[in-house]
Amino acid sequence: MIVRVVLPAHLRTLAHIDGEVKLDVAGPVTPGSVLDTLEANYPMLRGTIRDQATHQRRAFVRFFACQEDLSHESPDVPLPDAVASGAEPFLIVGAMAGG
Amino acid sequence: MSKVRVLVGTRKGAFVLTSDGKRQRWDVSGPHFGGWEIYHLKASPADPNRLYASQSSSWFGQVIQRSNDGGQTWDTVGNKFAYEGAVGTHLWYDGTPRSWEFARVWHLEPSPTDPDTVYAGIQDAALFRSSDGGQTWQELAGLRTHKSAPLWQPGAGGMCLHTILLDPSRPNRIFIAISAAGVFRSDDAGTTWQPMNRGLRSEQIPDPTAEVGHCVHRIAMHGSRPDVLFMQKHWDVMRSDDAGESWREVSGNLPTDFGFPIDVHAHEPETIYVVPIKSDSEHYLPEGKLRVYRSRTGGNEWEALTKGLPQRDCYVNVLRDSMAVDSLDPCGVYFGTTGGQVYVSPDAGDSWAPIVRDLPSVVSVEVQTLP
Repeated sequence: MIVRVVLPAHLRTLAHIDGEVKLDVAGPVTPGSVLDTLEANYPMLRGTIRDQATHQRRAFVRFFACQEDLSHESPDVPLPDAVASGAEPFLIVGAMAGG
Repeated sequence: MSKVRVLVGTRKGAFVLTSDGKRQRWDVSGPHFGGWEIYHLKASPADPNRLYASQSSSWFGQVIQRSNDGGQTWDTVGNKFAYEGAVGTHLWYDGTPRSWEFARVWHLEPSPTDPDTVYAGIQDAALFRSSDGGQTWQELAGLRTHKSAPLWQPGAGGMCLHTILLDPSRPNRIFIAISAAGVFRSDDAGTTWQPMNRGLRSEQIPDPTAEVGHCVHRIAMHGSRPDVLFMQKHWDVMRSDDAGESWREVSGNLPTDFGFPIDVHAHEPETIYVVPIKSDSEHYLPEGKLRVYRSRTGGNEWEALTKGLPQRDCYVNVLRDSMAVDSLDPCGVYFGTTGGQVYVSPDAGDSWAPIVRDLPSVVSVEVQTLP
């Protein structure tokens, strides 16, 4: 499955990416499998979205897709079909928190 | 002709300031890593083109950057700082136990002899070392597991290990300082540690002369005399002549002995610099005057250095890692402010000029003297 991922500006800079990332995700498309693939392709992003050891999402990072906030879903729950098919992107967002 | 390269870490990126040996005209590059907090950048003494930078944000955590070309290009290296073994507790601000939790890297200290070896001082306080150019990091866990560690408490900036001094004459000797635990020394390359706080007196803790718990803001050493240490404590400027075994106060005639940085002249081991700050509850300059104080007697007798520095309506702070000296003759002295100014004195403090006036708030300043 080719999944589209949109990263926040700071992480695009860190990963030397312009625009969306297209990831070939093997198996079920879940937040966990998308992040596994993202970090395998862009190792410099390890630790910036989720903890490297526990895989817990960083507090000021949110996951959106299809107008829904999926931040608190299990990382193993399948993402919407529209994300899995590449019709809609998986959005990784820096929380709106000043600064 | 010699050159200097000043590495400036700010709340919103890094800047590199370069000049020739006259230190009058400056080129400014940056922001590098714009929008990120750059707590510290430092070059390897063994390879001046090898730089390390600590890049962090509340959103995206810790990143370590490395340059092999003097800061023209950068690559991310390892950012996994995992405490070794069981993570115990220290004391939180309210006195309750709290688990150690990694927050950020405050200070990077490259080895004087090996460009691939670098130490990292982190919050919550621990010391890490990399021997592969920052790709992987191993904790020197004897410090964090010291028997006194359950009693350590954070200072206002967090429980940070902010100072790392490597003794140039004894490769196995390391000094570190933690806010608010104090100074520790290892004589076995970081395996075991001893508190080095005898003589310190801190009225802010229940036992003012306790073995640990002191809010040491900075310690400094001249490489030619590594047994002589100077300290800016929360309050009090201190000196040790026995490698930290004992300390005595040398605040002397300073207008206030609260402050953050302290540094030593490159060629005069008894000439030291501090920037007095009004108080721990105000964190700005006294009387609205930006004054560096210099002692040529290793403390006690201080003179105000004001030429070229604002002497009215100035209420900035100068943080603990924001002062440095070059090794030219005469010695250059540099410091950065929370107002975004970086000042240089090309004549050991006699006169000052701003290199830049309007950077983001400055967190750290380091200087390289280049051929």
